[in-house]
Amino acid sequence: MEKVDCIIVGGGLAGLSAAYGLASEGVEVLVIERGDYSGAKNVTGGRLYVSPIAEIYPELWEEAPLERRVTRELLTFMAEGSHTTVEVAADRFRTGPPRSHTVLRAKLDQWLADKVMEKGGMVITKNRVDSILKDGDRVVGISAGGDEIGADVTIISEGALGLLSTEAGLRAEPVAKDHAVGFKEIIELPAETIQDRWHLNEGEGAAQLFLGSVTNGLMGGGFLYTNQDSISLGVVVGIDALRWNPQQKESYKLLDEFKELPQIKPLLAGGETVEYSAHTIPEGGVRKVPPLSGDGYLLAGDAAGLALNALVTVRGMDFAIASGYHAARTVLSAREREDFSTTTLSGYDQALGESFVLKEMEKSQYIPEIMENPRLYGHYPQAVNALMEDIFTVREEPGKKLSSKVTSAVRRDFLSMRTVMEMFGMRRV
Amino acid sequence: MNIEAKLGLDVFKIDEESHIKIDNEVCSTVCTTKSCQWVCPANLYEIDDQGNNTVNHEGCLECGTCLMACDHDALEWSYPQGGFGVQYRLG
Repeated sequence: MEKVDCIIVGGGLAGLSAAYGLASEGVEVLVIERGDYSGAKNVTGGRLYVSPIAEIYPELWEEAPLERRVTRELLTFMAEGSHTTVEVAADRFRTGPPRSHTVLRAKLDQWLADKVMEKGGMVITKNRVDSILKDGDRVVGISAGGDEIGADVTIISEGALGLLSTEAGLRAEPVAKDHAVGFKEIIELPAETIQDRWHLNEGEGAAQLFLGSVTNGLMGGGFLYTNQDSISLGVVVGIDALRWNPQQKESYKLLDEFKELPQIKPLLAGGETVEYSAHTIPEGGVRKVPPLSGDGYLLAGDAAGLALNALVTVRGMDFAIASGYHAARTVLSAREREDFSTTTLSGYDQALGESFVLKEMEKSQYIPEIMENPRLYGHYPQAVNALMEDIFTVREEPGKKLSSKVTSAVRRDFLSMRTVMEMFGMRRV
Repeated sequence: MNIEAKLGLDVFKIDEESHIKIDNEVCSTVCTTKSCQWVCPANLYEIDDQGNNTVNHEGCLECGTCLMACDHDALEWSYPQGGFGVQYRLG
């Protein structure tokens, strides 16, 4: 059996990040990617939080093909016939940390694959790994298209479905309860038009999340991200919520209806849809993260469930890049010690535990539970809209005082035993 | 723009053999939900005139929603072979 130092299954952000770290140190690394090129099988909403990974391969982020730097954050509560938006634009978003950028995966992943190859790493595309090879409990390599290749360590970064790692007994199969499906259109618009419509300077971007009627009350939301000369407009829905929905609403129709809303349609005027895509997002949280290492292997990125949906922030790509980085460092220390068993490889679990990746996920461990509350997608967005509409409504007959409008709405919609209990729950967010 | 037109925008390298296999016996005996019919963001599942559950694998976006939505293990789902399936140009 042919053998390399390290095999990386999947050439997405986690796999390429690991490959970059290893190739930079002269390790013989082979990335096997089933798409025609890195990024061919990847989708983002989406936005990459750069600040958490600024120190990881800092030389890369200066030249990475990022779209727009997000300077305007918008949150929209949607009800039938009404929507309320909170928009935040801060100097800090523009100039200093925090820093996040909208991205497009085909561009980003391909560029990173080129960087890996510049460092001497091998990235083989159009090749699907068929199975993970084991010798007892130890992972010893992979099988692809009838060829077997061995490695001291195999880094499995195959993506959210985790089919290969599941089959190899390294993790549980992906279940509906722990995943959401996101689907979007990329709609081309001239850069100047985007800047006009979203009040942006050149190079600046907006990120908008929609909560409420966009998902017909199902767990999830809508999103809109401005790329350089296109926008990504889409919907995310929990798969469990989708399948048990008594209305049996076709998922793709949620996006069609979203686009037709009177407050959304004008934003798309003159635009041309150029791509339609869908992808699964792990949302099970830290409790559903499988064992991250074992004899001869490490799990990285979405395959390891390393993603976090905290409603207002959605993270996966920064986690993927960080996990790839730590995987590389662990492999380097394993090579130093000439030990590729769990004894040394478990240093990866520890490194991730001490990094922002697992720390953030630990902090957010109650979020999946809280996000199951249907009132977040129905009652609360509706209540916010009812209150705001009332505040701005001037009728023939003199109405209530502003403070009375607020207090009666609060009492009716927000001050119930149920809400109080939910507020207690929210303290954990 | 209807769903078929949206899929028409994407690049698909079509494998004659489907990467999704449906066990129709399970679909027609055990399953009363049939959530595959509405969860797929590409609307690929359809019950044909003979009452068989079918999937138009050629337009698959490879999200895996159907795999997770199916309660009855009626689907055998693999990644398409290397060089096949959707190839996102933007992502």
